[in-house]
Amino acid sequence: MKYKYKYKVGCSIENLKGVRDFIRASLKNHDIPDLQVSEIVLALDEMCSNLMIHAHHCKNEDLFELIIHVENNHPLVFEIIDDGTVFDINEFNTPAIDNIIHEKRKGGLGIRLVKSIMDKVEYQKTSEHNICRLVKTIRNK
Amino acid sequence: MIHIKRLQEEGADIIALIGEIDASSSIELDLSIAKSVGEGFKKILVDCSALDYISSAGLGVFMSYIEEFKDRNIRMVLFGMSDKVANTFNILGLNELLQIGKDKVQAKQLINEV
Repeated sequence: MKYKYKYKVGCSIENLKGVRDFIRASLKNHDIPDLQVSEIVLALDEMCSNLMIHAHHCKNEDLFELIIHVENNHPLVFEIIDDGTVFDINEFNTPAIDNIIHEKRKGGLGIRLVKSIMDKVEYQKTSEHNICRLVKTIRNK
Repeated sequence: MIHIKRLQEEGADIIALIGEIDASSSIELDLSIAKSVGEGFKKILVDCSALDYISSAGLGVFMSYIEEFKDRNIRMVLFGMSDKVANTFNILGLNELLQIGKDKVQAKQLINEV
């Protein structure tokens, strides 16, 4: 069985709560361990907040779409689709924790989180949209 | 949405976090820690027992105080985390950099250690 869940929302960071609720609700009935659901929520929250802040400057009239693909015995696939500037986390070096502390950086941690949680993060640019695709294999309970 | 309550016990400032901390609400956590520091507290306990979620924006706030607290001899201990919230700290190894107690009793012991 294949399942597809879609959520379209404006780029105000006030909408992050709704994004998280959508992810939890979508994954709820697929027998995914709670801790892994919470890690996925964390990584996608990070990707969506980056997109809202850096590519869309928190403008609520700018919309993006989050699509979740769930298929039995396949990794989960998440797509974040928008038409702003691409913010490719693969182009950023993951900062060392020591540097984050020393420079009192409040950013940088999120990229570490996403790379630790997701198996793959890739970007695709079409003539109309940017698609960021994240892949996560669920570990056995 | 985060709701933050502060109360004082035995000379320590207790900051209780209720709800979820993300990019839109991490500023409130930052402000309440800054307020506690501004009021001269040297012992800050952060009650996470009603904290349902924390994103990297919230983790970044705690990280940003580590050096300042070391320099100013201020101690901070977090306590009462759910497994999910604790896991968020663990993924990044922040459990090694921040003092984290199981409950309020253990947190008070940690903060009073010389």
